[in-house]
Amino acid sequence: MGLTGLFLIMFLAVHCFLNSFIFFDKTGELFNVGAHFMATNWLIRAMEVVLMLGLLLHIYQGLRLVFMNKAARPEKYAYHNGQANSTWYSRSMGLLGTLLLIFLIVHLSDFWTTSRFTGIPTVDANGHEDLYAQMKESFSNIYLVILYVLAMVSLAYHLLHGFASAFQTLGWNHNKYTPIIKAFGFWYSILIPLIFAAMPVYIYLGL
Amino acid sequence: MNITLKVWRQKNQNVKGNLVDYKVSGISPDMSFLEMFDVLNEDLINKGEEPIVFDHDCREGICGMCSMFINGRPHGPKEGITTCQLHMRSFKDGDTIVVEPWRAKAFPVIKDLVVDRTAFDRVIAAGGFISVNTGNAQDANNLPIPKPQADAAFEAAACIGCGACVATCKNASAMLFVSAKVSQLALLPQGQPERYMRVQNMVAQMDAEGFGNCTNTGACEVECPKGISLENIARMNRDYLNAKFIKEEQFK
Repeated sequence: MGLTGLFLIMFLAVHCFLNSFIFFDKTGELFNVGAHFMATNWLIRAMEVVLMLGLLLHIYQGLRLVFMNKAARPEKYAYHNGQANSTWYSRSMGLLGTLLLIFLIVHLSDFWTTSRFTGIPTVDANGHEDLYAQMKESFSNIYLVILYVLAMVSLAYHLLHGFASAFQTLGWNHNKYTPIIKAFGFWYSILIPLIFAAMPVYIYLGL
Repeated sequence: MNITLKVWRQKNQNVKGNLVDYKVSGISPDMSFLEMFDVLNEDLINKGEEPIVFDHDCREGICGMCSMFINGRPHGPKEGITTCQLHMRSFKDGDTIVVEPWRAKAFPVIKDLVVDRTAFDRVIAAGGFISVNTGNAQDANNLPIPKPQADAAFEAAACIGCGACVATCKNASAMLFVSAKVSQLALLPQGQPERYMRVQNMVAQMDAEGFGNCTNTGACEVECPKGISLENIARMNRDYLNAKFIKEEQFK
């Protein structure tokens, strides 16, 4: 869980970095250059397979944990005051993860399947597939924008627990480094989803 | 003080239990929670009813015997104490208090509020010891141990095996208990020869007992009456991964 989680966390940084190109170029050509590189570089394509496997493994591990942990307490408490000693999101990782999975299905069918399988219909001025146009079209739908923003809230809470938790699972606990990991994890969990959530809003508002 | 209690009554492992309401009056705020139960039980005996069975022994917070899941938390609303150290002044006159046994597959209910915690004993028996004849006590400082190391081992050794960590964990995981028992030996020179075999055997036994997995919610650390730290769990994870991937320790 920890290893696959950290792997997916690293992916988020790369994804966020490349997508943030949309903020710096109104025509979207810069973003399309990035997308073209990601779509054609053989190393990236190989990593895409590893990423999918990592995601599936993360889901499998999560489901396994949920079922094992449910079995460990067959009879529930009549009253369990969970909020007295732990955060709600640390106790709801399965739920947050499920919301993220639902989002991912929508998200991948929106962009990933088009760019990989069905093909992007238009090309931009540089002759690159115009994924930016695809983005503009998708994010003109307010419901989709709302879904994306809510999904990023789920992601933020998922990461708020998951980031430091991954290190704890791997036993990487140290007087000096653990406070740094926790602080870095906190800001990472806020900033990355915030930047992601800003993208559909930015495009919808046509800023 | 007048208190309304909702107490879990269950005849034995095989029948279903349920919460039963009891009213207790004339409770002094200076009574411990267990003494309040003594008053209730005397009352029940006088009325010819079956008294409530609950675990208790030293009543001074060092034996780990008293359990009780009080108002949704093990050992009640205060932190760093056992149920015998919980006083009625922590509640208000007229309060309703829900009292349940520890709940986990590995801790089956024996009767009412008493659960079978021998799963912990079997985890200890799987490796929580050192297999040498210790002989007479050595001279002090014969074996130099750095002070922070000795302190950390001592803090881990404070675990009284009460099971509050399992009780409060949403996964009924015993990681805090097992990690304390692993750490108290892993930190000291005497524990080194069997260090990596021990962690594997104890974790294997923990899993075999049917405890859940750790998802790092940190609830156990908050509820532990002895303040056992999550650092112990990280240490155990580290030793376990080390044993599985790096060291070639045999394990039985």
